Amino acid sequence: MEILVCIKRVPFVGGTVVLTDDHRQVDTKFLGFTMSPHEECAVEEAVRLVEAHGGSSAVLTVGPPEAEEQLRYAMSLGLDRAVLVDSGARELGPRSVAAEIVGAVEAMRSSGAGVDLLLFGNEAADTGDFQVGILVAEALGLPCVTGVKELEVAGGELRATRERGRAREVFAVTLPAVCTVKEGLNLPRYPSLPGRLRAKSKPLATSEASEHAEQLQMQSLMVPREERREAEVLGHGADAAGRVVEVLVELGVVKR
Amino acid sequence: MILTLVEHEADAASATSLEALTLARQIAVATGEPLHALAIAGDAGKLAPSLGDHGVEVLHAASFAGDEAYAPRAWARAVLALVGAGAPKAVAAPASDRGNEVMAYVGAIAGLPMVANCVEVAPDADGVSWRLRRLRWAGSIVEEAVLRSEGPGLFTVAADSIAAEAGGAPVVTEVRAFGVALEERDLEVRVAEVLEPATEGVSLTDARVVVGGGRGVGGEEGFAVLEELAELLGGAVGVSRAVTSLGWRSHQDQVGQTGCRIAPELYIACGISGAIQHMVGCKGARNLLAINTDADAPIMSKADYAVIGDLHAVLPAVVAELRKERAR
Repeated sequence: MEILVCIKRVPFVGGTVVLTDDHRQVDTKFLGFTMSPHEECAVEEAVRLVEAHGGSSAVLTVGPPEAEEQLRYAMSLGLDRAVLVDSGARELGPRSVAAEIVGAVEAMRSSGAGVDLLLFGNEAADTGDFQVGILVAEALGLPCVTGVKELEVAGGELRATRERGRAREVFAVTLPAVCTVKEGLNLPRYPSLPGRLRAKSKPLATSEASEHAEQLQMQSLMVPREERREAEVLGHGADAAGRVVEVLVELGVVKR
Repeated sequence: MILTLVEHEADAASATSLEALTLARQIAVATGEPLHALAIAGDAGKLAPSLGDHGVEVLHAASFAGDEAYAPRAWARAVLALVGAGAPKAVAAPASDRGNEVMAYVGAIAGLPMVANCVEVAPDADGVSWRLRRLRWAGSIVEEAVLRSEGPGLFTVAADSIAAEAGGAPVVTEVRAFGVALEERDLEVRVAEVLEPATEGVSLTDARVVVGGGRGVGGEEGFAVLEELAELLGGAVGVSRAVTSLGWRSHQDQVGQTGCRIAPELYIACGISGAIQHMVGCKGARNLLAINTDADAPIMSKADYAVIGDLHAVLPAVVAELRKERAR
């Protein structure tokens, strides 16, 4: 079974978001980078599926050259090879990203490498466009199940489950197919030292992204102003317990 | 016409659909267009009266054979049938799992851009563009953008960002039923089975009190005291992403951008630093009590009440105090 996982490099933001002076991006001077959380589960699932069914796996990103870091990380977990579609410092919109991915998949197909399953995160952590997986599936004429939290492959069929409120919905489609997944699908492993070493020499193919006219033009970003609260300090350590219970009573969560 | 895709259950529109309808009505007023709605499957006659209060002049009631099972591409076909026939200037849908999914298909099939998680949309003075605001990073950043589209603007409306309100002159909504013409491929992806939840305890999303634990809990066993407190308060335990990534608790318990959103009366956050990934999941909490060893942790600037100290010293004392209170 041949699997392609598509990921996106995003900054690892902590407690506060700081924007650049031109208000057009997150200031990443002091930040590390990661892939979107849902995609970590997509990578893990690909590793497990190949372990169970054989075949091979690739990881792809459309992003800056620095995204090699995330591709190597994915390969350190067990994926076999990587594709970097270099879009430089530009921020491509979802339709442009999908077009680049479709181009890369068609190039793979024409070189004789088929893809049985394409895995995406349900949405990117930063831009949250909720559509790249569907756009790619439609362009390739494949079925797509989104928001998947359980996934099973057997006999050329994909059985995927997602949540709806507290209930779960099951979809069944025939491979080849596209699946966008959510965190919780599995518990991603951490890379081993041998895995990290192997990843350094795994193949990484690079190509240039095309020029795209974006129909949605970002003008500026802003961080919504939050009312900064002055917390009432109820005390220090165990001595605060009495005051905590008084507050619980005041708030009506404990009846006196 | 400004069209809104309305999700409904038991003949009532979903809360997020009413929020989408509120934004769509603002667009309708700004453009001078009539407000229409689209509902798929179900009993449109029962749904229509409640939409009239929101200013919906026409409810398009779409149906297809087997429409009791959700099929995203077939739903998109219903939207596209109206795009082809009535030429709406804009189509809005709730930014729910289904709303985002259906609108992504609409954009994909029609070759039009779809903009997710909008909180404001207005026609630009040039008459062909839209000025909008949308959420990035699950609401931690607002993006201002301009959309130029060859066809109708396609938007989904972020949940909990716009207060749903009735408005416009109440109208008697006209129901126009139509059957959706489908190809075989439109039903390839559809719900094959619905698994109902096993009923167990207080659900995290409905709990009045949530006791949250972060990395500071220290390990799987450390949650016993959080469980004990949650049980005494009739609440549930929630956790940060650090905790589920470490495998200490199931992902089902995660509160945050990639977990669930909670809105309890009180959220007691223990050993949680307050990364934005977590805070977007609990910003609906009415009151926040933070228990942390670090008085300068980011969560302290968002808390109403704070206890400075180790949760493993504080919580057992609170539990003991509550038991005394009970015995009184």
